[in-house]
Amino acid sequence: MYEFDLTRPTTIADAVAALNEEDAQALGGGQTLIPTMKQRLAMPSKLVSLGAIPEMKGVCMSDAGEVCIGGATPHAVVSAEATAFPGLADLAGQIGDPAVRNRGTIGGSLANNDPSACYPAAALAAGATIVTNSREIAADDFFEGMFETSLEEGEIITEVRFPVPEVSHYEKFLQPASRFALVGVMVAKFADGVRVAVTGASENGVFRWKEAEQALSANFSADAVSDLALSGDEMISDLHGSGEYRAHLVNVMTGRAVKAAS
Amino acid sequence: MAQVSMTVNGKTVSADVEGRTLLSEFLRSDLHLTGTHVGCDTSQCGACVVHVNGDAVKACTMFAAEADGADVGTIEGQANEDGTLNNIQQAFQDHHGLQCGFCTPGMVMSAAALLKDNPKPSEHDVRAYLEGNICRCTGYHNIVKAIMAASGQDVSSIAAE
Repeated sequence: MYEFDLTRPTTIADAVAALNEEDAQALGGGQTLIPTMKQRLAMPSKLVSLGAIPEMKGVCMSDAGEVCIGGATPHAVVSAEATAFPGLADLAGQIGDPAVRNRGTIGGSLANNDPSACYPAAALAAGATIVTNSREIAADDFFEGMFETSLEEGEIITEVRFPVPEVSHYEKFLQPASRFALVGVMVAKFADGVRVAVTGASENGVFRWKEAEQALSANFSADAVSDLALSGDEMISDLHGSGEYRAHLVNVMTGRAVKAAS
Repeated sequence: MAQVSMTVNGKTVSADVEGRTLLSEFLRSDLHLTGTHVGCDTSQCGACVVHVNGDAVKACTMFAAEADGADVGTIEGQANEDGTLNNIQQAFQDHHGLQCGFCTPGMVMSAAALLKDNPKPSEHDVRAYLEGNICRCTGYHNIVKAIMAASGQDVSSIAAE
């Protein structure tokens, strides 16, 4: 790894100030960033650890009935404590492995927006609000493509607020070597309709499958999506699966998610 | 360089470390606690699992500076006070839960973290918890058996010898 300075601020304000410096980079749990730096694919001059900021940790309920999760909350804590939103707790408990879940954070995962990460599917399917040190961003406006988000330089995800669906389920087709999703589908049924978010499949990162949402909003059953077909164009194609294979998996995972949720 | 202080296996230690010093490097090179193994150095294999404030973490994927003020436990702190093997270590010996032994420190540390939260895990629980611990000798059956035995459960019906 290249040499860098590491600071551990204890307040959001101090972290924002530290990130003002050129080439400074926020460090969440480091489960992606540290391996990336070892490969010398990232070389920040300064890392600002967000791991020592108490106001960014924990799970609670808002007055509006949303599950609110501090941006620096590890996956293991979400898995254990987000019991008001079982689909989300279940998703968090499937990320990586137990030791990774004890370090990796929700804010880090969303900010990185890996096209195969699990959390983006949860945020998009639930219509979550991503809260930063300066504003609130709707999940629909947050994800802008593979590893791209609407976060500005130095902006920190301090909290994520999830509306709680009536029923939901995340169905993950595991890529066992990386433990990321080869394809993952989160289905969330709200009183005013169903949202379906797909990770691992598209070259443009997580996306909502609108056609399935319409079909499931009219008829929340696996049969409603069995005849739908997604195109393999613009799907990720690699040695683990072709674009067509992933497109097919999206359909199968959606059906399984609906069955498990209903 | 920055000074870090932490408790490792019950002893307070302090040292000056670079920002890029990994917890695994700090334990092995600065403290000479070489029981924490570095297998892959890419957070896949789990040979470097240690406890930080009671949670299992991969020491190769955490900076030493982030453990400042933490309570760190390594394989060297697992034996009983009189130096005899603790019940997990003893179960690994009794049930032949190791072959080359390289993954064993991480396996034992993961097992200890599992049994702290889940004192009577099912075979499925154990296998699921060990997802991030790779044994290249593929000795998983006896590792699972050893952990089940360490939890005080009957292991006569589990997997093959």
